Amino acid sequence: MLENAFLIPFYPLFAFVVIIFFTRWNEKLSSYLSIGMILTGFVHSLFVLMQMLARNGEPVEKMVTFISHPALHLELGMYIDPLTAVMLMVVTIVSSCVQIYSLGYMHGDPRFSRYFSYLSLFTFSMLGLVIANNFFMIFIFWELVGLTSYLLIGFWFEKKSAADAGKKAFITTRIGDLGFIVGILILAVYAGTLNYQQVFEKVASGALSPAVLTAAGILIFCGAVGKSAQFPLHVWLPDAMEGPTPVSALIHAATMVAAGVYLVARAMSLFVGSAEASMVVAVIGLITSFMAASIALTQNDIKRVLAYSTVSQLGYMIMALGLYGVDSAHGHHSPGFVAGTFHLMNHAFFKALLFLGAGSVIHAVHTNDIQEMGGLSKKMKRTSITFFIACLSIAGIFPLSGFWSKDEIIAAAQGHSVFMFFALLIAFMTAFYMFRLSFLTFTGKPRNEERYLHAHESPNSMTWPLMFLAFLSVVSGWVGLPWLSHGFSSFVFHEKVHHAEPSYILMIVSTVVALSGIGFSYMIYCKRKISADAIADRFKPIYTLLYNKYYFDEIYNAIIIKPLLRITDALWWFDANVIDGLVNFSGWLTVKWSDVKQWFDVHIIDGAVNGTGYVCMAGAWLLKYIQNGSVQFYALTIIAAAIGIVIYRVTPEGFYYYLAGLIIMLISRLLARVVRTGRIKAEANIED
Amino acid sequence: MLQYLALAAILFAIGIFGVLTRRNAIGILMSLELMFNAANINLVTFNKYIGPDNLTGQIFATFVIVIAAAEAVVGLAIVLLLYRNWRGIDVDNINLMKW
Repeated sequence: MLENAFLIPFYPLFAFVVIIFFTRWNEKLSSYLSIGMILTGFVHSLFVLMQMLARNGEPVEKMVTFISHPALHLELGMYIDPLTAVMLMVVTIVSSCVQIYSLGYMHGDPRFSRYFSYLSLFTFSMLGLVIANNFFMIFIFWELVGLTSYLLIGFWFEKKSAADAGKKAFITTRIGDLGFIVGILILAVYAGTLNYQQVFEKVASGALSPAVLTAAGILIFCGAVGKSAQFPLHVWLPDAMEGPTPVSALIHAATMVAAGVYLVARAMSLFVGSAEASMVVAVIGLITSFMAASIALTQNDIKRVLAYSTVSQLGYMIMALGLYGVDSAHGHHSPGFVAGTFHLMNHAFFKALLFLGAGSVIHAVHTNDIQEMGGLSKKMKRTSITFFIACLSIAGIFPLSGFWSKDEIIAAAQGHSVFMFFALLIAFMTAFYMFRLSFLTFTGKPRNEERYLHAHESPNSMTWPLMFLAFLSVVSGWVGLPWLSHGFSSFVFHEKVHHAEPSYILMIVSTVVALSGIGFSYMIYCKRKISADAIADRFKPIYTLLYNKYYFDEIYNAIIIKPLLRITDALWWFDANVIDGLVNFSGWLTVKWSDVKQWFDVHIIDGAVNGTGYVCMAGAWLLKYIQNGSVQFYALTIIAAAIGIVIYRVTPEGFYYYLAGLIIMLISRLLARVVRTGRIKAEANIED
Repeated sequence: MLQYLALAAILFAIGIFGVLTRRNAIGILMSLELMFNAANINLVTFNKYIGPDNLTGQIFATFVIVIAAAEAVVGLAIVLLLYRNWRGIDVDNINLMKW
């Protein structure tokens, strides 16, 4: 099973191809095929994970040569280590849940089959990204997930906002990808290979200079910034919520956006080699995390709150990974790597659950605005309970999964006081806005009676995945309990086996922070002891700033899009006037020149040809009288010639006289003939 | 011998003149016969004066007479067809063999 793990991505690919070409017209068959294939992939991944555990996390690598060239050797291959095995599980589990959930959510959509084929294509790309063994291959799948993300964000492309969001996501991530590919090229040039293990060996042996490492690290991180929606390229992710909610859960919360984190984790050896690059990673992670968490405090769209929460949590993970790189570069010990990857796994489960729960709510009330919800817990038992579990988990409440990984991240920030402070602050804000969201949605009085009346619990195909994910949100953290001697930390740890130390003080601090966030939120939104509006009024400028998302879209619009449009207008003018003018002028010139050539053709060339013709005709007009049809004339000619030959043999000089005589006779005959014909014609005219 | 050759030459010349000047197709054919006979006289003459031991020339002349008969048949058949098509045998009117 481990040896042919490369088959895992091909199950969903198979489903994609079959759906597109054969079963597109049968919606049931398409969706079941897609789900069946991803479940097969899930089972296979499960076996891979178990075998990986059995062999104590020793990696497996397999490859075939793709391009062999003295300067560059490209290969296609798989590299399975514990991190890959965990990611395979995460992707297949979330994909399975989302696809089953979509059966209910997308029911009756006109492009139902296509939706499932896209999901399959996405799963294929994501699994390929996870399983790749070199930077070249990861880049291919990186772009493929970008493509499917575009397709799925714009799935309801009749809506202009959805089509625009798709474009925005695609273009924004592309900016990061430019950096990514430049980083890859730098590695290709300086390391001569793109294979992870070979690159990391070169890094470890010091074959690459620190400047190159820093440049390559930061540039590769650019890719992660785009894909994981980090500052300053985070603007696309909230807009991406225009896509169907299960897509948001799968792609824009659990898997694809985590690909950036995965990339940083995968290239960790690179970052360990450069403290500067790691510091950039950590700072970007911190800025993103804080900024997104603060925006999430004020938003009213249920999916946008979750989107900003996702951005914030991804920044949290990236920060942990960056701090690990900084600490390791300085030779310190750090739980950051474990924390980042562990949180990546846990976050995938509870964030997918949150999105699917939000989808369930939207399905029931047909609005995204939490100000119009409220009191839904009475009508939607399963959804509300699972949603609360996910909120507790993300807030980091003992003993749910989020607690363990968030704790590790805070532990990773130890020794960096600024990071420590912000990590705790973000944890507080996270707890606050998540519970603000769930209190406003599920508790209190219905704020919109009409919507409340029509609300109903979603079908089983939607609630069962919720319950399964809720189960995982509770227990997935337990594989990384700090007291386990062979838990998650020793399993995925990059480089050497590491055993996390349980730190009770930190646990208590983080729990207190989370509980205070929840309590604050409870006071404001449940008990209404403190008025939210009063706080908003008190901090009016800050509230406006946050409510408008720090004006990022407006700033980008003003400093990038507007000037770009200005430049394109100028270029268009240049095109329309100068370039087109040149083109038209050369066309005009060609026409004139061809006029000259036409005159030459008509008069000179045709004249020559016709002249030849006239000469021939004139000759023929003369000579035609020789062939007059009279056999006797022919016989006379023969005899005259024979006599001529005889004369020539006897006296050559006499021959000329003979010839002259003959010609004179001939011409006189001809003249006589012409005269006679003319006379006959004249007579004929007179008769007329 | 010279007398015979002279006779043959005169006969041949008369034949050529007839062929070239007669307007009547039958006249042309008759003139042709004259030319044949001139040739025959030559053949027999040379046979008699150069190789009297064998009869090559005379046999050849006999063949020529036979061939001339056959030729006359073909020629008369053509004349007949000309007459049918042109209602006459004046060769001036018959100018098919031109451009």
